[in-house]
Amino acid sequence: MAEILVFCEKDDVAFELVSKGKEFKDALGMNLAAALLGKGAAGKADEYFAYGADKVYVSEDAALADFTAEVYAEALYQIAQKNGTEVLLVGSTKRGKELAPRVAQKLGAGCITDANDVRVEDGKLVADRYALGGNTVSSETIKTPQKVIAVMPKTFELGAKEAKQGEVVDVALDLKEPRTRILERREKAGETVNLEEAEAIVCIGRGLEKKEDLGIVEELAKTLGAELGCTKSLCTDWEWLSEERLVGLSGKKVSPRLCVSVGISGQIQYTVGIRGARITVAINKDENAPIFAMSDYGIVGDLYEVVPKLTEKLKSL
Amino acid sequence: MNIIVCLKQIPDLQQIRIKERKPILEGAPLIFGDMDKNALEEAVRIKEKVGEAKITALALGPAKLKDGIKEALAVGADEAVLLMDPAFAGSDTVATAKALAKAIQKIGEYDLILCGEGSTDSYSGQVGPRLAEMLDLPQITYVRELEVKDGKIQAVRNMEESFEVVEADLPAVVTVAAEINEPRLASLRQILQAARKPVQEWTPADLGLAEEEVGEKGAAVEVLSNLAPEEERKQVIFSGELDEIVDGLVDALTKEGVLGR
Ligand SMILES: Cc1cc2nc3c(=O)[nH]c(=O)nc-3n(C[C@H](O)[C@H](O)[C@H](O)COP(=O)(O)OP(=O)(O)OC[C@H]3O[C@@H](n4cnc5c(N)ncnc54)[C@H](O)[C@@H]3O)c2cc1C
Ligand SMILES: Nc1ncnc2c1ncn2[C@@H]1O[C@H](COP(=O)(O)O)[C@@H](O)[C@H]1O
Repeated sequence: MAEILVFCEKDDVAFELVSKGKEFKDALGMNLAAALLGKGAAGKADEYFAYGADKVYVSEDAALADFTAEVYAEALYQIAQKNGTEVLLVGSTKRGKELAPRVAQKLGAGCITDANDVRVEDGKLVADRYALGGNTVSSETIKTPQKVIAVMPKTFELGAKEAKQGEVVDVALDLKEPRTRILERREKAGETVNLEEAEAIVCIGRGLEKKEDLGIVEELAKTLGAELGCTKSLCTDWEWLSEERLVGLSGKKVSPRLCVSVGISGQIQYTVGIRGARITVAINKDENAPIFAMSDYGIVGDLYEVVPKLTEKLKSL
Repeated sequence: MNIIVCLKQIPDLQQIRIKERKPILEGAPLIFGDMDKNALEEAVRIKEKVGEAKITALALGPAKLKDGIKEALAVGADEAVLLMDPAFAGSDTVATAKALAKAIQKIGEYDLILCGEGSTDSYSGQVGPRLAEMLDLPQITYVRELEVKDGKIQAVRNMEESFEVVEADLPAVVTVAAEINEPRLASLRQILQAARKPVQEWTPADLGLAEEEVGEKGAAVEVLSNLAPEEERKQVIFSGELDEIVDGLVDALTKEGVLGR
């Protein structure tokens, strides 16, 4: 029987895909399997069954000890070829996103990355992803017999766990050592921010002159009961804030009641992230900044004057 | 050392208009993707460091590339290979990567292939890994620091929870993140010199590819629709004295019921 195969190096994302996979499995008349790779893989089987997998393929091959796209792609390729995988669903994490096209290339398959919805229409899988930098949403289907889709984390809800058993298959893979060697891993300062669930968000952009000035926006955020978000340079170039706070195409898509964008020009890769906000506000000194077109309310002015004044007013309410 | 930089020409996304939810691309100037420019800049920096290197800019796209590529040549590419045949039109990532891989094989000598982590318009991140697979090379993605030494590269990758320092032998495919560098602008002298640099144009036949293997016919993904989401914002701008403006905003937000926890 044809098979849907799920893989993500982050189990919680894989569980989302397995949960949704149950629906696809019925609609497409396929089996639902998952691949568990690397150290400690065998011990995870039961949880995958609980979320709905019929079968898991397990390999703790030494070449899989560290994630490398090259070797993981080969492992998934071998599993897929041996077991009649038609649909490979992977998490579109950074690792999943570099893995998906590589394994697709081995399979001669089309691939869609960063899918933010996948559904069955007329017996075919259709995936949505942003196109033109976020200006549009493109609905796509894959024409090759095998299909690889990398799905953004949190696209699908985690299903309820059930008491379910499944088949564990220990797979013997023929793998070479990875050609990229990991020399060191520098952990990022762990910060858990849940921007996706925040009721209010204040985002700060490159209009802020220096890190020391973050205090004035933090104060506004605190007064509003808001989480702090930011645009790209602030986290990736300057590292003033953690990447957990990045809003936009390569960051979080948020849906608060209120989103205030401060010193942000409003380029499409940012605004795509705040589309889900109910009310949007912009503070920018340039009256022609595109962010105003994306805003319900706008103030043209210097953030260094407007933000403290706004905070003061809000505190006096 | 031979470096190939893959550059994609895209419409300036800030200048795309939306009409009845459809994107209007006509009139939007064509530019190279942000991270593709970072990839080229990194190639130029490597060349400055190692001394002896040849940089080839490789691009698949519409005929306008012929003009656009001058920018890459001015910034520091030594020569360019363009895949502009009408048969390439409508290429998806599969068809693009296939043609680029064949072109890279035809160029023949390569130590390092540089791509953007994603193209600025589709940001699929597929072309780099697909090239690596087709050419049977290691891939290092999301690179924010890169060093070339003794036939090896060392790179710092920006991953979700960590910065990962990795090493590989050359040749390899590297995709760069936006923070790796700040691309330079070409000087007038460089722009003038660029006109004299060699530019080759290759057709599918030059690459040993049949027309069915490239362009829309060679694509593995079919786009069913591509529309802008419905979106309407009130666009109220407050003006006047700072005090009044801020009062106006606070009032409006209070009425919207979005203040308070
Ligand atoms: C593939 C790809 C993915 C990307 N993903 C993301 C993403 O997920 N998120 C993201 O944010 N970006 C992303 N980007 C980058 C994006 O294109 C923009 O470069 C970025 O969003 C710009 O950030 P900004 O608005 O803070 O800076 P700028 O565009 O530099 O704007 C700064 C604004 O601040 C205003 N300003 C300056 N001083 C003041 C002051 N004193 N008071 C008030 N206003 C002031 C200016 O008028 C200006 O409008 C991505 C880019 C690419 C190519
Ligand atoms: N048509 C193209 N011509 C040359 N290089 C390309 C092309 N499309 C993609 N690339 C390269 O592949 C990278 C990733 O593109 P993508 O897979 O579209 O996200 C880009 O940053 C470019 O370096």
